[in-house]
Parts: sequence; C-alpha cells; structure tokens
Amino acid sequence: MSGAQIIPLFVIIPLFTAFFTSLIGRFVRRSLADILSTLACLILLILSFCSFAALRHSGSGILVYKIGGWVPPFGICLVLDGLAAFMLVTVNIVAFFVAVYSISYMEKYTDKPKFYTLLFLMLTGMNGLIVTGDLFNLFVFLEIASIASYALVAFGTEAEELEAAFKYAVMGSLASSFIFVGIAFLYGFTSTLNMADMARVLNDKPSVWLIPFVSTLFLMGFGLKAALVPFHAWLPDAHPSAPASISAMLSGVLIKTLGVYCLIRVFFNIFGASQSYLSVLMFLGALSMVVAVILALSQWDLKRLLAYHSISQIGYVVLGIGLGTPLGILGGLFHLFNHSIFKSLLFLNAGAIDYAAGTRDLKEMSGLKEKMPVTANTNLVASLSIAGIPPFNGFFSKLLIIFACIQKGHLGYAIAAAAASILTLASFMKVQKYAFLGPLKEKYKDIREAPLAMKSSMVGLAAICLLASFLLLPPLKFFLDQAVNVLLEGRGYANIVLEAAAR
Amino acid sequence: MTLYLLCLVLFCVGLYGVVRKRNLVKIIIGLAIIEYSMNLFFVLLGYRFQGRAPIDAQGQNILDMVDPLPQALVLTSIVIGLGVTALVISIAIRIYEKYGTFDITKIKKLKG
Repeated sequence: MSGAQIIPLFVIIPLFTAFFTSLIGRFVRRSLADILSTLACLILLILSFCSFAALRHSGSGILVYKIGGWVPPFGICLVLDGLAAFMLVTVNIVAFFVAVYSISYMEKYTDKPKFYTLLFLMLTGMNGLIVTGDLFNLFVFLEIASIASYALVAFGTEAEELEAAFKYAVMGSLASSFIFVGIAFLYGFTSTLNMADMARVLNDKPSVWLIPFVSTLFLMGFGLKAALVPFHAWLPDAHPSAPASISAMLSGVLIKTLGVYCLIRVFFNIFGASQSYLSVLMFLGALSMVVAVILALSQWDLKRLLAYHSISQIGYVVLGIGLGTPLGILGGLFHLFNHSIFKSLLFLNAGAIDYAAGTRDLKEMSGLKEKMPVTANTNLVASLSIAGIPPFNGFFSKLLIIFACIQKGHLGYAIAAAAASILTLASFMKVQKYAFLGPLKEKYKDIREAPLAMKSSMVGLAAICLLASFLLLPPLKFFLDQAVNVLLEGRGYANIVLEAAAR
Repeated sequence: MTLYLLCLVLFCVGLYGVVRKRNLVKIIIGLAIIEYSMNLFFVLLGYRFQGRAPIDAQGQNILDMVDPLPQALVLTSIVIGLGVTALVISIAIRIYEKYGTFDITKIKKLKG
C-alpha cells in the first residue's frame, strides 16, 4: 500500500501552503513567500510524476487511498487511476510555471501573500477534485476551487474586474446548485455517494428517468463551468479580468478540471456513456468550436481574444471525447493537455506585454518583437501550436480529432474542426501582425523585456509545446493511453475501484 | 410530494430573482434562496415521516430512522453557501464604491 500514500499529499501540500503563506505573509519578507510557493509547486510537480511511477509499479493501474481506513461504500476514498494521474500532471505543470511567473508579475499588486493563498486554495480544489472518488467530496473541492477563482478574478479590485467577478460568481454558483441537485437525486436513488459504488448500483438497478434527468443537470452545471457555448457568457469577461498568471491558470486548467474532467468522469464512469449523451457532447463541442472562434476574430483586446479561443479549444476537447472511440478520446485528452500548455503560455505572453508596455489593446501595440524577443518568439511558438501547424503539439491532437471524426463517419464535424482551425490561424496571424511585427511605436522606445522569472517560465512552456509532440511516440504513449483506458472502461471502473479498495 | 413541489417553487423564486432583478443585492438574495431550496431538498430526501433522530442508544431497537447523511452533507453545503454569499456581498460593496449604484443596467464597463 506504500504507493497510495502519496495521494493525499496532493491535497495536503497546497492546503498547507495556502494556510502558511497567509499566516506568515504579513510578518516576513516577500521573497520567503515566493520561495515557499515555488517550492510547494515544484514538490507537487515531482509528486505528480511520481504518481505515474507508482501507478506502473502497482500493476493493476489503480491506487486507492482509504481516508481513516474506512472501506469505500462508507468512507471517502481517494482514487488515483490513469486519467487522474494524467490530469494531475497537466494541472501541476501549469501551476508550477504560473508560480514561477508570478514571482515577478505579481510585484505590481499590493498583497502578494494573499494572492498565493488564493492560488493554492484553487490548486487544492483542483487536485482534490481530480483524486477524489466520492461524489460529494468532488462537489466540495469544486466549490473550493470556484470560490478561490471568483476571488482571484476580482483580485485587482478595479471596476471591470469586480463586474466580471460578480458575473462569474453568480453564474458559477448557479452552476454549482445544478450540480448539487444532481448529486441529491443520485444519492436519493442509489443511497451511496461513492462514485464506484454508485456506478455499481446504477448498473444493477437501471432507471428510465433518472439518468437522462441528472445528466441534463450535470450538463448544465459542468457545461457552465467548462464554458461550452450556450453557457459561455461569463468566460470572456472573467478570464481577461484576472491577473495574467491567473488567466493562465483559469483558461489553462480550471475550466478543464472543473468542467471537462468532471463531465467525462461522471458521464463515462458513473453513467456509462450512451450514444445519445455522446451526440449531445459532440454537438456542443462542435458548436463551441465554431461559434467562439468566429467571435474571437473580431476582438481587439488581446486577453479577450485569447479567452474566446479557450472556449473554441474546449470545443475540440469535448468533440474529441464525445466521439467515444479510442482514437477520439486519445485526441481529445491530448488536446486537453496541449491546450493547457499553449493557452497558459499565450496568457503569460499577454501578461508580459501588459507588464512591459502597459496595454492589452492590439491596435496600441506594434513592433514589440524588437524590444521583447523572448516574448515574441515564445508567442510565435504558442500561436503556431494553437493554430495547428506541424511540428507543434496542437497539430497532432487536432489531426487525431479530425481523423477520429472521419473514422466514425461524422464528416461534417471533421470539416467544422478543420475550418475552425483555419479561423484560429487567421486570428493569431492578426495577433502576430499587430503586436510583434511592424514598426516600433515612439512611446515604446524605452520598454524592456520581462524579468528573468517571467522569461524562464515562458521559455519552459514553449519547450513543452515542442516536446509534447513526442507524447504520441510509443515509449511515452502510456501517459495518454492509461487515461484513455480509464474512459473506455466505462462502468467497469466500479469493479476496478472496489476490488482495489478491498485489497 | 407537496413538500418537493414547494421546494421547486422556492427554487423558481430564487431563479426569478437572479434572472429578472436588476439590483445586485436582490440578485444575491435570489442566489441565497436557490441555495436554501437546494439544501431543503437534500434534507427532505433523507426525511422519514414520523421518523426519529438517528442516535443509537443502548438497548433500543431503532426502526424508523431519519437518514443522517444528507444532514451532514447539507451542513457542509450551508457553509459553502455562506462562503459564496460573503464573497459576493463583498464584491457588491466594492462595485458600489466604484460605480455608485447597484443597478446592473448601469454597471457595464465590459464590452461584448
């Protein structure tokens, strides 16, 4: 059972760091809070890689930690399987680079230790949500992450930020109440909250009305958290308003863990995805993909443009996973990973421009490449990735999704995905042209490249953008394959978890 | 059954407040009402007519026990609701400081 001991650390470490930074933040020098938070993120990153090693060691591909020694149907258990480990790595890579970036970027805000507190609370929520095996526990972690993110959006306390945070908080808590009522119905029917046990009971005792009803509630709730198109209204306000490092976290991983991960975990592993829900998912995915990219084309605020692209890229992820075929799920999850890397890089770039030149308006900036070579080059890498230009990672995942669409006979979706990709390319050409190329404006004569911490995290993410393409090669493919297998398992998840827990 | 329907009515009242009202404070009240209706619903699920408290005393044979789990869960949910409400109210106060109004039709610096 030694491998399972690392699972609770994913919740304990960020929670402790959050508590500790807010406790000592007022009395010690700021650099200590920086060191503490970076160290905590580094440990989490290393642990998330260790979790893969532990999974491979365990043989069965699943680790269960029983809190307080209670056996699953009664107690809460933490489950680490291929999908959870995959999500943990994604979240913690982005969190690490964001923490490094924040060392310099957050200097201009007044209260850095409080920022770290909120950041780590959000991380607690996300990590906990990923490893938990209990549906109500999932709700609690979801709320921890959401409340921290509402506060982080309002962190600048300017008029626009407060307005966006209010909108986000109202929409978010409405979504949470839908999820809560869905959980209540599931509990009322199955008399259990453990996800594995719930799947087992639902398998033994089928119900005609319950699953369609509850999946509609969950689709509204998690769909709102994931900002799928009919529910996306809050995202283009909330994500640009947060500080850049938080925008990177929100767009990079929060909408994926809170929205997509929960959605697929519940739909595939508890409800045992049936074709009708998958078609709904595919339709919503394709809709978000196309609508959001068209809305993005007309944006002039750099961060708002990126926010619309987040919706569009989430559409790809949901479309890929909604196909339900091994290839589609592989493409969807791979795109999830890739998007979290390049989208956080793009937001960090936008933050660096804001930091140096003090503007987010594309019409204002021009010729910044001359003064900010690192930002310009990493931005070029990220733009090419998101637009799907080989050899960057975005190309491979989009290609997989399009292939999977064709394989399953959904030619229309394949064409939509390709078209959205071209429009994405167009809109990032615009960013390159207006922000980095062209003559340097007079007023930007004296600007300087971002500080070292910001540069290094941008370069790190750009390197991952390139290296992630190799994830499809056989020696590294287990990273994705394990996650895909968990989803393909469907309701078999119940037996796997319960057997592992009984051991 | 009537109780559940009343729960739904309460939920709709809250939803009406959130969707239709223009005052930030009223929107927050609407949110709180939604929160309460959810909690009420969850507690009702565990309720047994003429049931008794789930306390296991010595030498007693408990037959009609109220399900204690929803009560514990709702307690958690109430605390979460408190957190959200407190945060939203503090944001609303700061909005009032910036804009000088609670009317959402006048609070629109964000575009498109």
